[in-house]
Amino acid sequence: MENMCKEDLKALIQSTNFALIDLSLYLDTHPKCSYALETFYDNRKTLMKALHIYEKRFGCLTIYGHQEKDIWDWKDEPWPWQKECDC
Amino acid sequence: MWTYIKMLEYPIKVKSTNAKLATAIISQLGGPDGEKGASTRYLSQRYNMNNGKIIGALTDIGTEELGHEEMVATLVTLLTKNLSIKEIEESGFYQYYVDHTVGIWPQASSGMPFSTATLQSTGDPLADLHEDLAAEQKARLTYDNILRLCKDEPDVYDAIKFLREREIVHYQRFGECLRIMQDELDSKNFYAFNPTFDKKAPCL
Repeated sequence: MENMCKEDLKALIQSTNFALIDLSLYLDTHPKCSYALETFYDNRKTLMKALHIYEKRFGCLTIYGHQEKDIWDWKDEPWPWQKECDC
Repeated sequence: MWTYIKMLEYPIKVKSTNAKLATAIISQLGGPDGEKGASTRYLSQRYNMNNGKIIGALTDIGTEELGHEEMVATLVTLLTKNLSIKEIEESGFYQYYVDHTVGIWPQASSGMPFSTATLQSTGDPLADLHEDLAAEQKARLTYDNILRLCKDEPDVYDAIKFLREREIVHYQRFGECLRIMQDELDSKNFYAFNPTFDKKAPCL
């Protein structure tokens, strides 16, 4: 994961984030499903790691991220509707 | 995209019901200067803003307004908990009650339903920022009006006072946004044309 390019890392974050959204909806009505819970925790682990790497290298995705620069970089990366790629 | 945090932005400790006050406070959910209008306004205006700092401010203030919707709805819910029919009849809450019982429905205190007709997203960054400054002042004065009605309810007063203060902070940030935008435009032109639509001022 450390050596992934920006686009691939963003794609991994997007797909694992979507997996968590969909699984959490399923768990809302099936709170005891151990298979769904296990899949949720696996994806969450992947997402947390990917977010950590992405935000350290490319800037924060949320205000609660891993950014530690001496300047607030919220404004620097393009916003989702200012696409430079399919991200 | 957005995620949800399962807590209020500021704690609300309302213990007693007050249906009359609830009919006033519901205006800050769905009234002409309420929080639902605020979040809709700022989160809509982002797409035509031409400055990263200002898009950041609109995103973050719009997001905070979503949290304020939750605070106002929580206040109304707590103020109308376990009401008796007698209290509903005597408080003037019965008009709301007949359509919505004690559910949350975005409306003004007058009963007017929430409408985007009370807000603008003009497609002109300068016009939008002036709209935003005015919106924060109008929300602030509405909270002032509500504060005069809840002097005897310290728990409600405390939460409304927090919300009022946020309007002032947002007004300050939007003032800075307007200054940033004007500083980055041609000073001869910045009242003359739409900086995101017109290539240059047609009159020049």
